[in-house]
Amino acid sequence: MLDLSKYQSIGAALKDALDEFASEVCLIEADREREKERLSYRDFKDRAHLLSKALQEGGFSAGDRASIIMTNQSKWLISAYAIFFAGGVLVPLDYKLTPDEQWQLLKHSNAFVLITEYPIWRQLSASAGRAAAANIRSVLVTEAPANADLAGAMRWEEFRGVREPVFIARKRADTACIVYSSGTGGRPKGCMMTHENYLEQCVALTSIYPFWPGVRYLSILPTNHAIDFMVGFFGPFTCGATVVHLRTLRPEYVREAFPKYKITYVSLVPLVLKNLQKGLQARFDALPAGKRKVFNALVRINKALTKGRPRLGISRRLLKQVHEALGGELRTIIVGGAFTEPQTLQFFYDLGIPVANGYGLTEAGTAITVNDLRPFRADTVGKPLPGMEVRIVNPAADGVGEVSVRSKTVMAGYLNEPELTAETIVDGWLMTGDLGRFDDAGHLQLTGRKKNMIVTEEGKNIYPEDIEVVFESLPVKEFCVFAANYIWPKRSMTGEKLVLALHLEAGQQYGEELRREINARNNRLLNYKRIHGVVLLDEDFPRTASLKIKRNVLAERLAKLDSASAILPL
Amino acid sequence: MRTLEQTTQEVLDLAAKHFQLPAGTLAPGDDFFKKLGIDSLQTLEMLSRLENHFGIELPDYEVQGVSDFKTLAERIQSRL
Repeated sequence: MLDLSKYQSIGAALKDALDEFASEVCLIEADREREKERLSYRDFKDRAHLLSKALQEGGFSAGDRASIIMTNQSKWLISAYAIFFAGGVLVPLDYKLTPDEQWQLLKHSNAFVLITEYPIWRQLSASAGRAAAANIRSVLVTEAPANADLAGAMRWEEFRGVREPVFIARKRADTACIVYSSGTGGRPKGCMMTHENYLEQCVALTSIYPFWPGVRYLSILPTNHAIDFMVGFFGPFTCGATVVHLRTLRPEYVREAFPKYKITYVSLVPLVLKNLQKGLQARFDALPAGKRKVFNALVRINKALTKGRPRLGISRRLLKQVHEALGGELRTIIVGGAFTEPQTLQFFYDLGIPVANGYGLTEAGTAITVNDLRPFRADTVGKPLPGMEVRIVNPAADGVGEVSVRSKTVMAGYLNEPELTAETIVDGWLMTGDLGRFDDAGHLQLTGRKKNMIVTEEGKNIYPEDIEVVFESLPVKEFCVFAANYIWPKRSMTGEKLVLALHLEAGQQYGEELRREINARNNRLLNYKRIHGVVLLDEDFPRTASLKIKRNVLAERLAKLDSASAILPL
Repeated sequence: MRTLEQTTQEVLDLAAKHFQLPAGTLAPGDDFFKKLGIDSLQTLEMLSRLENHFGIELPDYEVQGVSDFKTLAERIQSRL
C-alpha cells in the first residue's frame, strides 16, 4: 500500500517519485492516430526543472499563485509540477469557460502567473475582461505558431532557467491548489485544498484502485477537474504509472486509444459512459441471431460467476471480443462528476468491466464514497473511503437526511469567503447539500439535493445564481432562477433542469416578445447552463431586509404549483 | 476554392443529413446545441463528418466555444 506519511507536500512526494521511477514512461501524448510524445519520469523532471527555475528567476516564491488553463496534455502536468516544486499554489481553471469567466476567476484567485495554450490565449487576450485582472503579471503560452502575435505573453517552450531550481518545502496545512467548484457568474467558490487533502486522498483511493509501473491511465476528464488531477496525475505519478493524453476527444480516436495503448483505467463522465454503452449495444444488436444468442448466454454465465466480486481473468476469456476491443487490459472505468444511472453501471459490470461509481465533491477532496465491488451494487454510490467519516444529519423516518463528511481530505475553506465557509463546514463537518441514506450493508444511497443547483451529465455543477446575470434588466417585475429539482424534489439526480421564475408586471402577458427576449439571453449562456422553461408566479417575491430574494421561501411557494403544468416552454 | 457562402451551405446540408432533418431546416445563425438538441459528444461526431467531407483536420481547440453554424463554417473556411 502506498505510504505518503513522510511527505509534507505534493511537490515533495512527486520529487521522490520522479527519481524512484526515472526510467519508467510517465506520459504518452497522442493527436488522433499520431503519437506525439513519450516521456520518461527523468524527461519529465528535466523539463519541469527548466520551467521551475525560470519561474524562480522571475520572482515566483513560496505561496505565490499560478494558474493553468489548458486542455489535457503533457505540458499541463509539467507546469503543475514546476509550480509545486517552486512552492507555489496551483489554480487550475476550466478551459471550457468563456474568456470573461476565466478572467473573473483569475482575478478572484489573485494568481500572478498564467500558463495557457495559444488558442486559448488568443481568445483570452482579446477579451475585455483582461483589464480587470491586473494581478496577472506573466503569461506563458504553449504551442504558439512562429509568427503569432503573443499579445504580451511569453513562449512556454522558451521560458527556461539556466541552473537547477531550488526545491521549496511546504507544510501539509498549506494551500496546494485553489479549485473553483462553481461561481463564474456570482460568488466564486474557490476551494482551498491543502497538501494534506491530496496526500490523504491519494492514499485512500490507491488502496482500492492501485497504480504501479506499467499501469496506463487514459486521461479524458479535464485535468482541472478534481478527479483527473488525482487519478490522472498525482495518483499514477506517485506510483510510477503512465498517463496517456489525447489531444482530441472525438469518440472514434478515444475508442482506438484503448487497444492501442492497452489502457488499464479511464475516468469518464456519465454522458461519455452512456455513449460508450450505446455504441456497444448497437454492435451487439447487429450480431446475427445465432451469434447474439451465444453472446447473451456468455453474458449470463459471466453475470453468475461475478456475482460476488469481479473476476477479470474469467470475464476476459468469456467475453474475449468485447474486452479486446477495449485493449484487453482495462480493469476499471472510473465514473464521476455526476450521478450515473444504475442500468448503465449494470450493463458494463455484466460484461465484466467494473465501473467504479462513487460520490464526491471538490470540497471533500474528490471522492467520499466508492463502490468497492465486493459485491458490485449499481443502486448505491458505495461505501465511505478509508479515513472518511460520513453521517446523515437530521434523518427522516426513512433514514434520508443531509450527507455530511469529516476527513483530512476536506478543504480548508472557500477563498475570501469566511461566512460561506462557516455555513459549509460546521464543527468540522462538511455539509454536502446532498440528501441520502445508508442501507443495511453500509452503502450510501443518494436520493436528491437540498441545495439549489444541478449537476449535468457532463459533470458540470450549475448554480442558478451564476447564470442570473444574463437575465438582468429583463422587462419583467422580478425573476429568479431555480433548479426544478429544488422546487419539486423528484428523488432523482439525473436529467436535472433549470427554470426561470417570473413575476410579470401588472397586465403583462408571457407572450412571444418576452419569450424571444428570454431565448436571446439564454443563448448567450453555454449550452449546459441554459434554462429549460419558465414558471409564472403572480405575487411579489419574498425578500430580506437587504432586498435579496429569499430563495427557499420562494421555492416553497412555487412548490404549491403543479410542476407538470407550471413549467412553460421557451 | 469554395466561397464562405458555399461552405456554410454545405455545413448546413451535411448537418441536416447527419441528424436526419429535411434539407433547408437549418440556418447559418442557428445554435446547433439548441436547434438540434445535441450534446457535446454528438457535436464531435458531426465535426468528424464535416472533416471527412471537406478533407481537413479541425482541432478540438478551434471549435471550442463555437455553437452556431456560421462561425463553424468560418473556422472550416480558414482551413480549406
